[in-house]
Amino acid sequence: MADSMNIKLKVWRQAGPNVQGRFETYTVPDANPHMSFLELLDVLNEQLIKSGSTPVEFDHDCREGICGSCGVVVDGVAHGPQRRTACCQLHMRHYKDGDTIVVEPWRAEAFPIVKDLVVDRSAFDRIIAAGGYVSINAGSAQDANNLPIAKTAADLAMDFAACIGCGACVAACPNASASLFTAAKISHLAMLPQGMPERKMRVTAMVNQMAEEGFGDCSNHAECEAVCPKGISISTIATMRREYMKAMLG
Amino acid sequence: MSSKNAFSSPVGKKLITGITGLGLVVFAVEHMIGNLAMFSGNDAYNEYAHFLTSLGPLLYVVEAGLAAFFIFHITNGIQIWYGSRKARRIGYDTYRSAGKPSKQSASSRSMIVTGLILFVFLVIHLVSFKFGPGGPGNADATYVTTVAGVEMRDLAKLVRHKFDSPYYAFGYSFVMLLLVAHLRHGVWSAFQSLGATRPSLTPTIYGLGALLGLAIGLGFIALPLAIYFHII
Repeated sequence: MADSMNIKLKVWRQAGPNVQGRFETYTVPDANPHMSFLELLDVLNEQLIKSGSTPVEFDHDCREGICGSCGVVVDGVAHGPQRRTACCQLHMRHYKDGDTIVVEPWRAEAFPIVKDLVVDRSAFDRIIAAGGYVSINAGSAQDANNLPIAKTAADLAMDFAACIGCGACVAACPNASASLFTAAKISHLAMLPQGMPERKMRVTAMVNQMAEEGFGDCSNHAECEAVCPKGISISTIATMRREYMKAMLG
Repeated sequence: MSSKNAFSSPVGKKLITGITGLGLVVFAVEHMIGNLAMFSGNDAYNEYAHFLTSLGPLLYVVEAGLAAFFIFHITNGIQIWYGSRKARRIGYDTYRSAGKPSKQSASSRSMIVTGLILFVFLVIHLVSFKFGPGGPGNADATYVTTVAGVEMRDLAKLVRHKFDSPYYAFGYSFVMLLLVAHLRHGVWSAFQSLGATRPSLTPTIYGLGALLGLAIGLGFIALPLAIYFHII
């Protein structure tokens, strides 16, 4: 095939949570520009299986950038060089024949490695369980426009709700902070009337849980926004801080 | 929620760092403008210094407040840095910034280094000038002058003496460049920590913060270099 590419992959291999990992270098001689980055890993795995080796474990599900399952650090950037996409939407046309690509898992103590490129992101679930929900009875569905919500608030809530919980914000943050994720969940509910009754309890509990999980503190590097596949703005972190200040003041 | 919990939380730490940081910026601006009095002559400089010391108890209150701001700012900064080290024990083989809208820069990554150097500088600075010859607990008759009939400390003489040394003049200037780097990320970061939410204002706040940092740094550098090169 004319557009066949020879790609070298330097991949982090780690057999289990508590064993020493290392980089292995593989060559995929029959890559092509049309395949996605995850398909490149699929081709590599077929090669490995055929040669009797253990395939590389990586998380993936929808492969259309909406589920938040996939996520690896590609050449030092979470989800790779293309902005506002998860790595499933990264295509090999961004690379050229002969390139070497370094693939690493998300690195954070709060995201322990399960195997190879798979990390345990249940810390995010526990942050949600601490308060990222509405537990009061909000009644049955209202008539349209019965509860007026300003367009700006609705738009912001939607922007914040776009978080797919992939963990790229933590992976890219020099401090391994989960502020963008936690803030997006808090801010989303703080914009809407259903979230109002529990907003103070929510921000306090979720921020405390975030610290409990061992994520670092935010230093406002804003690297999270740059790698977020949904482009969630760090203004959500400022919103979380305002929510927290309101909760502190009673 | 206990107040201890609130202040030690990830958000509380940032609030304290931001508020104290902005307070210290206000102090730096005031100090820098005070330094520039030397350009109006030794007497103007000495009179300004004398005015501050003659405030008496009020000065002690301000100094105590400043010391508290420094202590909270530094301890929080160290905690945030240490926490980030603990949060990622194994680093990346390859790591780079994804670029805009990231604000990651050499100055944002080196806040702990520039901050600690500034702290060491602060100690040396206080020992050299505030508590230097003629200062509190260090009476020295050769550093006394009379301006308009009032006897006061000749701080200008000490400053000129110190900045005649290339080590002092260039060492001071170099540390002030580190202050510029610290404020380039610091001013904007403080506003973000205090909840400045509007993304459209971010470039303006970041730009103005960096400019303010540059103005403060250059203002401080003007005095030692002017003395060293005998401009004043």
